[in-house]
Amino acid sequence: MQEGRALTPTQINRDLLRPILEQPKWFWPAVFVLSLIVLVGVSVAGYMINRGLGVTGLNRPVAWAFMITNFVFWIGISHAGVMLSAILRLAKAEWRRPATRAAEVLTIFALSTALTMPIMHTGRPWRAIYWLFPYDFARGVWPSVRSPLVWDPSAIMTYLTSSTLFVLIALVPDIAVLRDHTTGVAHRIYSLLSLGWQGNARQWKFQVVAGVLLSALILPVFVSVHSIVSWDFGMSVTVKAWHSTTFAPYFVIGAVHSGVSAVVFVMIILRQIYGWQDYIRKEHIDALGRLLIVVATAWFYFLCMEIIFGIYGREADELAMREMQFLQYPWNVLMIIFAGITYFLPVALWLPRTFRRNLWIMSFACISVNVGMWLERYLIIVPGLARKQVFTFTWQTYMPSWVELTLVLSTFGLVSLLLLLFSRVFPLIPLYDIKEGEFLRTSVQVGRRTVPATIRED
Amino acid sequence: MATERVNHKWGMVIDLDRCTGCQACVVACHAENNVPINTQDRFLQHRAYEWIRIERYWEGEFPNVKARFLPVLCQHCENAPCEPVCPVYATYHNDQGLNVQIYNRCVGTRYCINNCPYQVRFFNWWEPQWPATLRNQLNPDVTVRSRGIMEKCTFCIQRLRRGELTVERQEGGRLDDKTMQERNFGPACVSACPTNALMFGDQRDPKSAISPYFADANEHVHEEDRKTRAYRLLEEMNTKPNVIYLKKVDQYPLKLKQGEQNG
Repeated sequence: MQEGRALTPTQINRDLLRPILEQPKWFWPAVFVLSLIVLVGVSVAGYMINRGLGVTGLNRPVAWAFMITNFVFWIGISHAGVMLSAILRLAKAEWRRPATRAAEVLTIFALSTALTMPIMHTGRPWRAIYWLFPYDFARGVWPSVRSPLVWDPSAIMTYLTSSTLFVLIALVPDIAVLRDHTTGVAHRIYSLLSLGWQGNARQWKFQVVAGVLLSALILPVFVSVHSIVSWDFGMSVTVKAWHSTTFAPYFVIGAVHSGVSAVVFVMIILRQIYGWQDYIRKEHIDALGRLLIVVATAWFYFLCMEIIFGIYGREADELAMREMQFLQYPWNVLMIIFAGITYFLPVALWLPRTFRRNLWIMSFACISVNVGMWLERYLIIVPGLARKQVFTFTWQTYMPSWVELTLVLSTFGLVSLLLLLFSRVFPLIPLYDIKEGEFLRTSVQVGRRTVPATIRED
Repeated sequence: MATERVNHKWGMVIDLDRCTGCQACVVACHAENNVPINTQDRFLQHRAYEWIRIERYWEGEFPNVKARFLPVLCQHCENAPCEPVCPVYATYHNDQGLNVQIYNRCVGTRYCINNCPYQVRFFNWWEPQWPATLRNQLNPDVTVRSRGIMEKCTFCIQRLRRGELTVERQEGGRLDDKTMQERNFGPACVSACPTNALMFGDQRDPKSAISPYFADANEHVHEEDRKTRAYRLLEEMNTKPNVIYLKKVDQYPLKLKQGEQNG
């Protein structure tokens, strides 16, 4: 039995296409503010590339820090898309419908944003391209496939391509609806993008088959991408904090944890700004909250395992690293904050049903998880490098410079801007999926009475 | 005239018993290899270039203390952890046992710094600069590395190459301990060391001063089985460095309280 009132197809079209067909008043001011943030980020990146990486706070042992943390964070956020749409689509979970597209689009934008980070972070970004897109065959010098840094762009590019296809296939029927609702230039563009969609049975069959196939094919990619990102760290034999076999599942589950939280937050924002109370209902947020309790607990198990495996060997350098993480200021304070806001506080908030249905509390819990997951990567990367080996002479610590802080903050502006622009052009809730959901409602309205449906075909 | 190339395998032995921590090797290295001057700024940013550095450790509690010196330079590992992680083959192992860095290929991912257990790789965070008075002291045989790339000890490959060209190609001899010492073809740090704590030579030349130590260290895996004082840094990591350290022989060890171990 689903909550909320029944919706007619006309009403669904009207509600969900409203932000596209009628421009909200706050749209351009919001775009202006976000563009300003992005512009500041681009200028700072230009300044950094012009002057050299000296303007960052990086130093000798700590050669990767803020920007790589941010890279892993955005890759983590990008995992929500597939987690929600592919797994839930294959599992036929009814409550996925309004969340899928927002999650997939967040995947694409978070991935593209994540990719910018390691590229600017190289010493000569203008040359990094020959490793990312190997073209240099004239000299016979190809990228070294032994390096995790070659696996990394390959995995991310695969994921980006497949999730873009995934979104496009789901978008085609909705673009066709838009084509029928617009005139002039917009009509022409939508006609082109709708790829001749007429909504006949044959086209629907292809669309559904492609969706299911891609869901199944994308799942291994989803697991592999963050595993490979974790191998950037796990394959480093010399950094004691990184060289761990648990890293792949630990990072994958952590990515799901932060990604699903981010999707919940984005959904709450969409519900508020576009007035989609009938579509993103409290039962959906509730269901995601319950899913998050499970994910968070699985993640917490891996966190404990990682620490136990680390100190179990009682090697001097590993213990020195753990001592820095847990006992030395400011890392000890960060560690306590991290454990609190990533597991104990949000799970406590997700447990009572009334809290799961309170949008303010849910938003707060989801933001707290994401801040915490950012800190998690930071607490792995920096103390790991600062206490790499037993030679105390080279031990060091790290403080970010204003350049790194600005760059990291501006990536949040960039993802928000891209999402906002997307929502102005394409519906962020799949129309046809909602209509299908309405069709399959477990209760039907007959006159004034709500009667439970007995037959369900799927 | 010798036409075939002599098959060298270079190696270094550092005798900690002779090292006084005078830093002559550090100065020689800076002058030879066009290493930028380490200003106070660079030190405070923790970005000083130290292709070879003297690590100083204190043993004991004040006032009962002793200073210990450990010169650390690129260990030119046979199983170098920095090599496989480079996505662009900017660092690789050549057939003479040297871990070489190709500046043109380097894009500056800095993965190799992270993966070097000895902390002997140096990134050019800024464009390198020298005071105007030092412009003419730059060594024409050595590239000046630009901003954004990695650099490290090369075992003064420019001197070794010059030695191979003159001694082996032109004169038909062999680049051995004697020629390297007399005609300055060995690394600059070795030539500068006043106590001869640093020794350099060919591991494959049985007459070289370093080869017994390498033979001993290669033959006996465990330190306690070795006949000489040879050991390698972080030997348990199996990086197989081409640099061997000889233990310090302390004639007057610190008087320790009961229960303390002499390190």
